[in-house]
Amino acid sequence: MTITLNHFSAALVFAVCTSIVFGITHRDNAREMFRYGIYCFAMFLGGIFVAGWAMWILRR
Amino acid sequence: MANSTTEKAKAAPTETVNAMSVLAPAVGWLIPGAGHLIQKRWIRGALLFVSIMTLFLLGLAMQGRIYKANGGDILEMLGFVGDVGAGGLYILTLANDWGQGAIAFATADFGTKFMIVAGLLNFIAVADAYHIAIGKKQ
Repeated sequence: MTITLNHFSAALVFAVCTSIVFGITHRDNAREMFRYGIYCFAMFLGGIFVAGWAMWILRR
Repeated sequence: MANSTTEKAKAAPTETVNAMSVLAPAVGWLIPGAGHLIQKRWIRGALLFVSIMTLFLLGLAMQGRIYKANGGDILEMLGFVGDVGAGGLYILTLANDWGQGAIAFATADFGTKFMIVAGLLNFIAVADAYHIAIGKKQ
């Protein structure tokens, strides 16, 4: 079976899975885990957009 | 000074090395999240299992490449270190000769990175299972 994801969806899946693991392993209680997971996901997502726009500017 | 040190020592959770502190990391390495599951952290274990499995299996499905121990150059060895963190998944992949696809398109390279990151995340999960086992974390 072959799956072909585009760049954005691959980055999104990566961000979701990594944020879940970071959230669980880097904090001590459930509430903090959830908040840190959301924070990591937001940072990943923000990073994707910043990097995307940076590459668009550099290409011009 | 001495007083605050004593208070800190009192406040810190006691760390005890027991059979679980060996078993949980070992099982957690073989099966992602299992180190948490055997310590009755059901939701955390299930989430770790799903996340790490998803990354690794997606990597394989995206025609990612698995690294072997005797790759020759330093980058291949680093790739191996990442991949081997996935434990049982890595062994299963090698045994079945999966992950041998030639990288022909960009997302196949993403697949290779997905598998490395899955292994590295599993290392973190294993360390977390150990910390729970010794009582450093709840």
